[in-house]
Amino acid sequence: MIVVENLTKQFNGQTVLAGINLTVNAGEVIAIIGPSGSGKTTFLRCLNLLETPSSGHIRVGDIEIDGNRPLKQQQGLIRRLRQQVGFVFQNFNLFPHRTALENVIEGPIVVKKTPRDAAVILGRALLQKVGLGDKENAYPRRLSGGQQQRVAIARALAMEPEVILFDEPTSALDPELVGEVLATIRSLAEEKRTMIIVTHEMGFARDVANRVIFFDKGIIVEQGEAKALFANPREERTRQFLGKFLGQHASPP
Amino acid sequence: MIADSLQLALDSAPFLLKGAYFTVGLSLGGMFFGLLLGFGLALMRLSSLNVLSWTARVYVSFFRGTPLLVQLFVIYYGLPQLGLELDPLPAALIGLSLNMAAYACEILRAAISSIDRGQWEAAASIGMTRSQAMRRAILPQAARTALPPLGNSFISLVKDTALAATIQVPELFRQAQLITARTFEVFTLYLAAALIYWVLSSLLAHLQHRLEARVNRHDLES
Repeated sequence: MIVVENLTKQFNGQTVLAGINLTVNAGEVIAIIGPSGSGKTTFLRCLNLLETPSSGHIRVGDIEIDGNRPLKQQQGLIRRLRQQVGFVFQNFNLFPHRTALENVIEGPIVVKKTPRDAAVILGRALLQKVGLGDKENAYPRRLSGGQQQRVAIARALAMEPEVILFDEPTSALDPELVGEVLATIRSLAEEKRTMIIVTHEMGFARDVANRVIFFDKGIIVEQGEAKALFANPREERTRQFLGKFLGQHASPP
Repeated sequence: MIADSLQLALDSAPFLLKGAYFTVGLSLGGMFFGLLLGFGLALMRLSSLNVLSWTARVYVSFFRGTPLLVQLFVIYYGLPQLGLELDPLPAALIGLSLNMAAYACEILRAAISSIDRGQWEAAASIGMTRSQAMRRAILPQAARTALPPLGNSFISLVKDTALAATIQVPELFRQAQLITARTFEVFTLYLAAALIYWVLSSLLAHLQHRLEARVNRHDLES
């Protein structure tokens, strides 16, 4: 379970996050939507401390980070938290000097000190799972964007995290490659993995997420059960945003 | 005439090769200690602590901004006045290493900062410490970027070892000088010395290319 209390972030005198509270239960799939600059990506990056919050608390399982204290004093805790919180980047950020398999087993071997043989077995199974069992020796450069992102998902899974955060996982992809990545994430949702997904794919958010959260100007404007929120947004701002989107992307489920 | 020159070159060969032995030693030592110290300086330069980064900055500025010849003189002839007397060989090794370190620092700093911050973040996101991220993710990539300029600096270093002749190190150029002083065969001996420097730096250049191909292998393989 993840609990975020009063998370704020100021940057250069500007408020990016104005006190976010959120509880995520195990097995929940949460989609965060909202306009660019609404703070949704910053929020996600704060959750595993890639971004330094200005104040607030973040708790994942029994690990609690106090954003009011200097993070330098909590480095050990932060590393423990990150092992519990997988992160999938918009630009994949695979290690270009390592093969697909090496990318996946890097965390288990270096961080968790898993014996190499065991890590390789795990890594192969995960590549299989994301549909890339035949690509274990390929370097990232030789993979398509969609394949790279699926390796990145396998890399996150390899740490066996409590929750996986996705930061616009399909935004850097050519349109024809979006589907394969979404299908991979969808299959993880079916396994009841806890996930928080920042996305612009509204149809995907509606179909796959249990709960949708609408961010704007650094606050949670509205949240609710996914299908209900899309069908019936309560707030005017949500309606405007969805109107713009659903007008363009009126895709049937 | 040519036969005489050849004969002289052959007779001098043992002396020249003994000199080359010192040249190689100074070069390898300078590379090793220069790279080691340069890496430390690069880390200081990238540190968020101002004291460290400025110390490294001033160091690099001084050692790149003054002639190596002068640095060697300060170490070998100057330090004894402060009570620190060094033999020629260690003095030369120290001078060459300190000088090399300044160049290595700048090359490594540039290479490390050229790596996309997403790589640091990816490493952090799987729970790596900063030093794990540096060793496993950043340095292997930075090495690719750093190798060509490092190779150039190493080749310069091989040639710069000739300056050690001025502080009495019996290296290749010094040997050539000593023999010419006896035989007056200036052209033959200096040319022979030049050829040996050429062979040494060519070997190094070859090694550099092999190494570059090796670290770039993930570009080539599928």
